[in-house]
Parts: sequence; structure tokens; C-alpha cells
Amino acid sequence: MRLSRRSRNLLRVGVGITLAFIYVPLIVIAIYAFNSGTTLEWPPPGLTTHWFPEAIDNPGARDAFFTSIKVGLAATVIALVLGSLASLAVSRHSFFGRETVSFLVVLPIALPGIVTGIALSDTFTQVLGIGLGLFTVVVAHATFCIVIVYNNVAARLRRVSGSFEEASADLGAHTWQTFRHVTLPNMQTALVAGGLLAFALSFDEIIVTTFTLGAGDQTLPIWIFTNLFRPNELPVVNVVAVLVVLISIVPVYLAHRLTREVGGAAAGRPGGDAPATARADAGATTAEATAIP
Amino acid sequence: MEAAGVATGPQRRSAGRRLADLFHGRPRLQLGTLLAGPVSWLVVGYIGSLLVMLVAAFWGVNALSGEVSRSFSLDNFKELVEEPVYRQVTGRTVGIAAAATLTDALLAFPIAFYMAKVASPRIKGVLVVAILMPLWSFYLVKVYAWRTMLSEGGIINWALDPIGLSGPGFGTTAVWLVESYLWLPFMILPIYAGLERIPNTLLSASEDLGAGPGRTFRRVILPLAFPAVVAGSIFTFSLTLGDFITPSLVSPETQFIGNVVKANITNNLPLASAFATVTIAVMIIYLLLARRLGAFEHL
Repeated sequence: MRLSRRSRNLLRVGVGITLAFIYVPLIVIAIYAFNSGTTLEWPPPGLTTHWFPEAIDNPGARDAFFTSIKVGLAATVIALVLGSLASLAVSRHSFFGRETVSFLVVLPIALPGIVTGIALSDTFTQVLGIGLGLFTVVVAHATFCIVIVYNNVAARLRRVSGSFEEASADLGAHTWQTFRHVTLPNMQTALVAGGLLAFALSFDEIIVTTFTLGAGDQTLPIWIFTNLFRPNELPVVNVVAVLVVLISIVPVYLAHRLTREVGGAAAGRPGGDAPATARADAGATTAEATAIP
Repeated sequence: MEAAGVATGPQRRSAGRRLADLFHGRPRLQLGTLLAGPVSWLVVGYIGSLLVMLVAAFWGVNALSGEVSRSFSLDNFKELVEEPVYRQVTGRTVGIAAAATLTDALLAFPIAFYMAKVASPRIKGVLVVAILMPLWSFYLVKVYAWRTMLSEGGIINWALDPIGLSGPGFGTTAVWLVESYLWLPFMILPIYAGLERIPNTLLSASEDLGAGPGRTFRRVILPLAFPAVVAGSIFTFSLTLGDFITPSLVSPETQFIGNVVKANITNNLPLASAFATVTIAVMIIYLLLARRLGAFEHL
């Protein structure tokens, strides 16, 4: 669209302000991790790396970290299985209630976190008689992670024509062979990306976790939440907060790279670095990350 | 290339092969097998849980023992409606959710528009990553960062002090600010994707027919992008509605639905369930409206 120089510049300023709004708090918290003082006074009196070893040696934070990893991995595995089954059904079959599947999958994340949390907690404690613990958190996390895998895989399958699978069947391949040699290679990177994003989501979640975690266990976000009210722990909390950011940024970044590159390959341009594909892929990735078909 | 692998594949009639033959030419059976797991997890497990919550919302608590008593009564809902505090809490929460949604829509549109229609492909790629990165990540850390920034000796007061102003401090304004901050990327991405889908030829056509940028924006871009805005608003609205972390970190004095639910899970699970049911009712109305406005194709 043709815009005047003035409105173009105005738009740039708006973009700059929005980006600053998004990133300034993260930068501030990163600086606090190196704060030599023990309060949240700004500006920090000095900088130090003193708190990093302290945070890594903190037994509570360390236990919580491993709990988060365990929960995240288990939830991701369940979400991968259920999410890809659902996306295969929706992308490769037409049936009554197909729309409803997309709706059903997104519901656990579209409804407020307290709803999902309390509904599952009610069911576990009041109906099933299961005590809250790691198992119940895994079930809860898996429930809202399904949508992430589902969206990624469904977006991919929509772009890869079903006629490849038909051709494979026509050439004599049976169901498994077609899946193994045609469908799976096509959806592979979308699966990996979906898994990474699902893990990042689980690693970070706190609301549903609060309602479904047993009294004895702590995930890393819960650990941060309980300790940030304790003035003595603040310097360690600041460091753990920054470590959490770093840990969750890696899977998200990798997932982005993966869906981008394969977008290019799927469009028939291996490598996918040509500007034209890069543009198309950027859009596709956005769709994949948040899409409901 | 795949065909070669298929042709040389094993030909023995294993159990797996027999199962494959069973599936062959039976799309309904394939479909049923694919759907069985996810649908039973989500329908029996998740929808079932929501129903349990709905039923529990009508239970009560024995005043003496503090145990949940499973007898049907409307008392919880009566309390939520009649108790002025709860009415206030509901109003405040829905109000903040609406305010944050509106703020996000206003903040998101310019950057989404810039990404979709103005930026060069390279800049666009960078911006997509910049918005995507903080999407689902480190939610608690973000709230915590705002807590430090808004605190008495924090960076906001420090920056505003020289010009004789002070920040909002902790309270409802802080909640509005933080909620708008948290869910902004959820608004940017759908709007960006929605704008991306508008063909440039349409905008050129509008210009050729004599419309200025302002008119093109109002008459062509806005109507076409509106469903995407609604799609984004589902997340901003719902995520704000169910948030209790933000209020407890930046507004310890005021209550929101999330805080009340959280505070009651141990002592009064039925009341907590009833309050959560209220948010679900609000969300269902919102989702049905969004569906009617065509938002579901844009999520």
C-alpha cells in the first residue's frame, strides 16, 4: 500500500513503542539478575554475577527445575500422540462434527486458566479420589498442550496435499507404509516444532498447575511464585527468572526455525532461503503457532 | 522416491499387516481409530471435568466440619449475586478484561499492519520472531518484572520523578497495564495473519478508485481484518478473566475473580466452582459471538 512518508514514519514510531513495551520489562529483569544489592531499588547499586552460582546451588530451585522438566516431557509426549491423531482425522477425513473437534481442542486453552484448573481439581479429588500430585499436573498440562501440537500438524497437513497419500495407496502401499513413508516425513518437523512449543508452554504454566499440583511438589514457576514474597530470596529469584526465560526461549526459537525451513521444502524449494519463500513462510509460521483451522 | 521403499517393503502377513488390510478402504474405521484417543480424552476427561465443576458449583460446605456436602442448592450463586463484594469483583474483572482487550487491539493494529503491508520481508521476519518469542513464554517472569518496575523504588517512579510525576503504583491500574502487556502478542499475531490474507490488489483497487489511505483503511482493511481482531480478543479477554497471578503480584489490595477462586479452593470448593462457572458463562457468550463474527477462521 502507498503511504505518505509522514504516515510511514508515524507507523515506525508506533512499532518502536510497541516493541519497547514488549521488551523493556524483560531487559529490566535481566539487569536485576546482576544486581549487587538485595532490594528491588532502581537503579541497582552495582552489578555482580555472585547470585548465579547461588541460584544453581539452591536445592529448592533445583528440585523444582527437575520437576518442571519431568512434567513437561510427560505432558508433551501425551500431547504429541493425541494432537497428531486429531489433526490427521481432521485434515484427511471429512465427517459430521469436524468443526467441533477444532473447537474441542482449543477449549482447554481458550477458557480461563482457573476454569480448567478447578474443573480438573474437582474431578480428581471429588470424583476419582486421586490425590493431587505430579500425575494430575501431567494430565492437566497434556490437556492444554494438545492444541499446540494439533495446530502445528494440522497447518502442515493442510499445505501438503492428500493426493500424495492416495498415490502411495494406488502404488500398492498399505496403511502403515503410506503413513511411514509419506505422511510421517511430511509432518515430521511440524511434530517436532509442536512438541517443543508444548514443552515450553508446560514449563511455564502456573495457573492450572496451582490447582492440580500436590502440596509436596513444586514446579519452577510455583517455586518462583512462593519465593518472590520472601525478601531474603529475591536475588536468587531474579536469577532463576532469567534462567527460565533462557530455557523457554530455546525451544520456541527452534520451533520457529523448523516450521520456517520446512515451509520452504514443502513448497518445493529445498533450503527455503529465497526471499519469496521466506515471506510466505513467515505467514505460515504465524498461522501454525496460533492457528485453529 | 517413496515408491521404491514401498515396493521392497516386507511382504509377510504380520499382525500389523493384517491390521493395515483391515483399515484398507475403510475410511470410517480409520477415522474412528484416529479420533478415539483425542476425543475421549477431551470429551470424557475435559468436558466431563467441566460438568463435574458445574455440579460441584451447586454443592455446599458443612459449616461445622468444613467438609463438602453433596446436596443440591442454589446458595453459592445466590451469594455471588447478592453479596456486593462478589458483584464488585465480577464487574472489576470483566471490566479489566475488556479494557485490556481494547488496549491490545489499539496497540496491536499499527504493528500488525506494518508487518503485513509495509515492512520488507527481512524486517518482517525479524518482527515475527520478536513477537512470537515472548508469546507463551515466561508468563510469571513478565508479571514479576512489572512488579519490580511498579514498586515504590522501581524504574517507573525513577523515570517519572524528574518530571514531577509518579507511576500508578500497585492497584487496579497496574493490573490493567500488566494484563494488556501480557496478552499483546496474542492480539498482534492473528491481526497480522488476517492482514496478510488481504490481497494487495484489493488495496490498489481501492486507491485506483480514488480512495485515500484513510478511506481505504476504514472501508476495506478494517472490515476485512475485523474477524482477526475478534479472534485475538478471545485470548486477551479469556486469559485476563482467569488470571490470579497478576492481581496477587501487582494489586494485593483488590480482589479479582481469580483471587477469590484461588482463595476458596481449600475451604470452599463449591463456591470456587460456582465462581469459575460464572467466568465460563461469560466466555461461552463471548465465544459464540466470536464464532458468529467469523473469528474462528482467523485463530
